[in-house]
Amino acid sequence: MIDETLVKNTIIELLKDSSTKLPLDVKNALEKAYEIEEGPAKAQLEAIIKNIKMAEDSSTPLCQDTGVHIFFVKIGDVGNPKLEKRLPSIIIDGVREATKSVPLRPNAVHPLTRKNPGDNVGDYMPYVNYTPIDADYIEITAMPKGAGSENMSRVAMLNPSDGLKGIKKFALDTVVGAGSKPCPPTIIGLGIGGSADISIKLAKMALLRPIDQRHTDPAVATLEKELFEAFNALGIGVMGLGGKTTVLGVNAELGYCHTASLPVAINVQCWAGRRATARIYRDGRVEHLTYKR
Amino acid sequence: MEKILNLPLDEKTVRELKVGETVYLNGIFFTARDEAHMHALEYAKEGKKIPYDFKGAAIYHCGPIMAKDGEKWRAVAAGPTTSTRMNSLEPEFIEKFKVSAIIGKGGMSKPTVDAMQKFGCVYLAITGGAAVLAAKGIKEVLGVEWYELGMPEALWVLVGEKFGPLTVAIDAHGNSLYADVEKEVEKNIPKAKEILKI
Repeated sequence: MIDETLVKNTIIELLKDSSTKLPLDVKNALEKAYEIEEGPAKAQLEAIIKNIKMAEDSSTPLCQDTGVHIFFVKIGDVGNPKLEKRLPSIIIDGVREATKSVPLRPNAVHPLTRKNPGDNVGDYMPYVNYTPIDADYIEITAMPKGAGSENMSRVAMLNPSDGLKGIKKFALDTVVGAGSKPCPPTIIGLGIGGSADISIKLAKMALLRPIDQRHTDPAVATLEKELFEAFNALGIGVMGLGGKTTVLGVNAELGYCHTASLPVAINVQCWAGRRATARIYRDGRVEHLTYKR
Repeated sequence: MEKILNLPLDEKTVRELKVGETVYLNGIFFTARDEAHMHALEYAKEGKKIPYDFKGAAIYHCGPIMAKDGEKWRAVAAGPTTSTRMNSLEPEFIEKFKVSAIIGKGGMSKPTVDAMQKFGCVYLAITGGAAVLAAKGIKEVLGVEWYELGMPEALWVLVGEKFGPLTVAIDAHGNSLYADVEKEVEKNIPKAKEILKI
């Protein structure tokens, strides 16, 4: 049977993996960009690629901004109902321990007093999204989110008549406005539909999908490809110092919305598209999906 | 050719730097983000002395991850933070404390570029997110001030040894690589719109 220590240790492993390594799809995209760039953009990418290797080799966080901690948890039936109720506090304990052991930077502060408790824990932090599923495992995804890119995120409540053109225009304005600030080349998460809150959640969920994997809906996949091409035509380039690569990928997610609404959201992710997923099965087996062991 | 600058910098050295040059830093420099900037400016307003003299200094927009080995701090990861957050504070900061270099990522706005030109200061860009690489150029952590602001916001006193590579992205003559790229992006917007058919 799954016990609490196993879950907590898995959370700590996910936090360590996600802050010290990058998923293969992101690394491949950075290397591809390095091949086609020249001048300052190539030099910046060289530093980025070198840094990724150094961080991996030394198990050190690749960026000092180890983010705030956002989790996506899918809960199946693992034959331990008590665990489900205890999960929020197990995750909190995992974040506290990883903050010390990895180490992670203590980023979470009270938004008004700006007081830093030093352990990355406070009201609604870490933030956990729970989805019940019909399976014999619990799947946990850790997504550390840095502020430089997060600060460039936007949501707009468009009119239904604004349509696809309105969505594209908003996306373009957001990426132009973000410019050099979010550590480009970025990954753009686009959320279309839902309500205001759902659209921004969809945008964040879009960033969980590998960037070389297009949406299953052909209309969404076409939009992803067009936006990718358009953003890279802007010339913002690596670190905003110019070049061919402004984005490494554009991922969109879509949800149905009210007939009177057209919410659209962008969640910007810096080049360090960090994420790590693991499944803990009913029999206590742990399967790491992002970084195999 | 590799250009190594020794801190603190004098005005002549600063004025000689041109955008696009690659430099490295040796010597003592300081981290300061939003809170440390506000703290120092409040000190100045109240006529209180700040813990270090910033004249000729390099200020690094960075909130590092530090680890303590016994009594001594060590830089684990120390890449730059987004400099534009300090846009509203930096011109006054440069004028009051006579700093010679700002290190960060993403560049800064026109009022800061103007202050850099007026008072002799440059903006040195370091690769965002490349925190392990940056930490490698920090030979020693001399100390920390204002730790009550939290680890990222505190004022860390660092000793650089070939800290870099840094790109002179804004020089003391009003030139900014970011402004050049922004102009280029403006020109490219119609091309992007054409791709999107909007």
